[in-house]
Amino acid sequence: MTSFLIGENMTGGYGAADILHGCTLAVERGQIAVIVGPNGAGKSTAMKAVFGMLNLRAGSVRLDGEDITALSPQDRVAKGMAFVPQTHNIFTSMTVEENLEMGAFLRRDDIRPTMEQVYDLFPILRDKRRQAAGELSGGQRQQVAVGRALMTQPKVLMLDEPTAGVSPIVMDELFDRIIEVARTGISILMVEQNARQALEIADTGYVLVQGANRYTDTGAALLADPEVRKSFLGG
Amino acid sequence: MTINMRNVALFALVGVLFIITGFLQSWNVMLTILNMGLISAILALGVNMQWGYAGLFNIGIMGFVALGGLAAVLVSMPPVHDAWAAGGLQIILGLVLGALTITAAVLFWKRAPAGTLRGLGVTAILIVGFFLFRSVFDPGVAAVEAVNSASTGYLGGLGLPILLAWPAGGLLAAGVAWLIGKTALGLRSDYLAIATLGIAEIIIAVLKNEDWLSRGVKNVVSLPRPVPYEVDLQRSEAFVSRVTGWGFDPVAASGITVKLAYAGLFLVVLLLLVWLAEMALRSPWGRMMRAIRDNEVAAAAMGKNVTKRHLQIFVIGCAVCGIAGAMMTTLDSQLTPGTYQPLRFTFLIWVMVIVGGSGNNWGAVLGGFLVWWLWVMVEPIGLWLMGALTSGLPDGALRTHLLDSAAHMRLLTMGLVLLLVLRFSPRGLIPER
Amino acid sequence: MDFLNALVVFANFVLVPATAYGAQLALGALGVTLIFGILRFSNFAHGDTMAFGTMITILVTWALQAAGVTFGPLPTALLALPVAVGVTALLLLGTDRMVYRFYRKVRAAPVILVMVSLGVMFVMNALVRFGIGVNEYRFDDGARFVVDARTFREMTGLAEGLAIRSTQVITLVTAVIVVAALFWFLKRTRTGKSMRAFSDNEDLALLSGINPERVVAVTWIITAALATTAGVLYGLDKSFKAFTYFQLLLPIFASAIVGGLGSPIGAIAGGFIIAFSEITVTYAFKRVVTYVVPENPAPEGLMQLLSTDYKFAVSFTILIIVLLFKPTGLFKGQQS
Repeated sequence: MTSFLIGENMTGGYGAADILHGCTLAVERGQIAVIVGPNGAGKSTAMKAVFGMLNLRAGSVRLDGEDITALSPQDRVAKGMAFVPQTHNIFTSMTVEENLEMGAFLRRDDIRPTMEQVYDLFPILRDKRRQAAGELSGGQRQQVAVGRALMTQPKVLMLDEPTAGVSPIVMDELFDRIIEVARTGISILMVEQNARQALEIADTGYVLVQGANRYTDTGAALLADPEVRKSFLGG
Repeated sequence: MTINMRNVALFALVGVLFIITGFLQSWNVMLTILNMGLISAILALGVNMQWGYAGLFNIGIMGFVALGGLAAVLVSMPPVHDAWAAGGLQIILGLVLGALTITAAVLFWKRAPAGTLRGLGVTAILIVGFFLFRSVFDPGVAAVEAVNSASTGYLGGLGLPILLAWPAGGLLAAGVAWLIGKTALGLRSDYLAIATLGIAEIIIAVLKNEDWLSRGVKNVVSLPRPVPYEVDLQRSEAFVSRVTGWGFDPVAASGITVKLAYAGLFLVVLLLLVWLAEMALRSPWGRMMRAIRDNEVAAAAMGKNVTKRHLQIFVIGCAVCGIAGAMMTTLDSQLTPGTYQPLRFTFLIWVMVIVGGSGNNWGAVLGGFLVWWLWVMVEPIGLWLMGALTSGLPDGALRTHLLDSAAHMRLLTMGLVLLLVLRFSPRGLIPER
Repeated sequence: MDFLNALVVFANFVLVPATAYGAQLALGALGVTLIFGILRFSNFAHGDTMAFGTMITILVTWALQAAGVTFGPLPTALLALPVAVGVTALLLLGTDRMVYRFYRKVRAAPVILVMVSLGVMFVMNALVRFGIGVNEYRFDDGARFVVDARTFREMTGLAEGLAIRSTQVITLVTAVIVVAALFWFLKRTRTGKSMRAFSDNEDLALLSGINPERVVAVTWIITAALATTAGVLYGLDKSFKAFTYFQLLLPIFASAIVGGLGSPIGAIAGGFIIAFSEITVTYAFKRVVTYVVPENPAPEGLMQLLSTDYKFAVSFTILIIVLLFKPTGLFKGQQS
């Protein structure tokens, strides 16, 4: 059986030198896959490769059995993938509601039900919907960013370090919301610095080192693995 | 330095263009074009320092050229003693008051504690100072301009040899460049462009309107020359006998001799500047400049004061433009503020730099000669072309309109040349090494 | 009474002309700021774009007048304006296709684009010269005054008259309509919002599926409309001369920067700030002062702060002050 989204044997980089070396990432429908690893392991690069923001010299990306390796990021959005970058992930000068509208830019149908779903998921955004997104707190901004990505009604949601720079309480809250999103049948692929907490909610965990897979297992199994604990989770 | 055959060939090609011009039109015309070509090459060299070494975008070249021209007047023209007696000191006093006002405002701003009061204080100082300045300055100006306004009406100059005006023009331009650079450098690159565009317009406005300084649109004519006059040569028996001995017509020969003398002087300056520029480019300073240009962030991280270096190179580049401006006014023997046009004195120089090869001094020099030759030649060629193209048309409004339009061919050609080079050969004819 | 007279003189020579001029600058600065926000470079060809649009308007106006078509009390040029906007839009779209698009693709540095816009400026300048030459033209027709000085004096019994030219009213009305339409477009429509999103965060706009080429094309079309309208209003109010339009670049850029590059509301504020400063500083206040201080004999001199020849110095000084103290402008614009 092949996974819903899979980036297989990906090799490539930005310039002459490769950053990824035969890296493979996959996520099943409605599940959460987490990529962890030390700094400079190529986590974000691997994610960008899956989203088509990087030219691959080898390997392929398939979504629901279809080869999408040659598609541009914009085309992948149209195919049902959504990406939340680590920084600069909201339109700061626009209101929260406009941010959500822009997320749904490609849709021609009625977007209000989706917007309601996002507001149900992140109730604070409903209160702040007329406010400029740039005026919100860090955690609220991340909610806007995730909400914007959800507006396309994606099948896969990709998050690049969604909890970077937010407080531990907000982080737990965000992880809870991410689980909720996954329960609606959306596959989630995310890169996380907070490896331990992230692996706790992960169905699958990938430990990357120097652009290649080191360990791959369920989140729980990785947390239990003494090798992984010692090298990557600080004991 | 390794001699690159391709570059030598390019210079030879431009040389051939000039020689053909000499044969087809006349040697007099050819030398006229060559002299301006030499000055253009110096201008291009100055701009290339700013753009090629440091990536600074200066579109106020015209202003610095005009400052050089002003320097030529201030250095070489005899002082007008009556005017000095009438109000010269009063004007100087007014200017000093103006300068003191600005200094006082700046000092107050720096010393006083921040707040609304500080802003109000500076405003008050500036307003009081302004009216004080005007009350002293205006009567002085009126008195000076009243002195024999048909022939002088200005303070005149220092009555020194005009060759001294060349370095003086450089200094004057450098001073103004320092003021501009101090404000606009370190911000977005486009802000420097807009600031220089503005200062150039203001410099021209000053030259046109401050009659006490530059006679304004009444022009200053008959500047002293660093080379002999044609009529003197024609009267000199030694000269006449020698050139007739060689089989030349004395009148034509005197013109050519004078132009050759200018060309010699200009060539000395050009070669000196190229030599200095090449030395600078190879020095650690030049390498640092280029490092900053290629990656400002990295250079700043390595502890280089990027803005300070930029200010340095900006001032030097503008000084070179000032020198060229003084030379140009020397060649013309007159200062005519009305003739400074941005198209001719700013944008054309940019075409020279881009076409020649930004970042390469020899490239800029080549661009200066080539583009100047084109600038002069495009109009007759365009006219001829338009005449040939419209020869089938009946004489009438359309044909007249088309023939008149040929005069505008220059702009179109220069614009297209700039766009094509930027697009297809952004490194220019002689690329940076 | 004297105070009223002083007020009327002030309104006649400062308030009314500066309002009209401010509206013209604001429209020009809006075009510059839009291009900056979306394409991220300072477009030095903007003045010549204005000149081109105005030239087309004048040519169409002449054709209409020759055909006997007029617009009643309004200038015929207003009828020609939509045609000129269309032609200018085509020119700008063509320029983008042939020139700018390449540099977008290679993600060239902004300063390269600025230089490219200089090349475009040359070519447009040449087109205008080919089309209409370098002379000065007046092309306003229809009624000259909404209120003329004599009627005003008779109506109010004041010694001083207030003249409001129809071109000034047209300028203001048109500018209000254009600005309202622009803001409605940017705030309310899908395309307008996508433009703001693109200006705010280009990468995220791409991730949201916003088509950059479409945004750029719409931007050029709007710029054509703004530039042509600004140019025609300026030309109707004063006169058309290609070189004057090039020189307008400085006050227009000053307006856009003072307001904050990339900020439409800033461009409008900047336009009025520059216009009012320029006209106030270069106006001779002698007559106003004579009315306000009647006991004294008329003041010596013109009471003029600066000769009108130095009007560029005013925009320039304001520009320098803003660059020194608040480089992002009064309404925070973009920095990169």
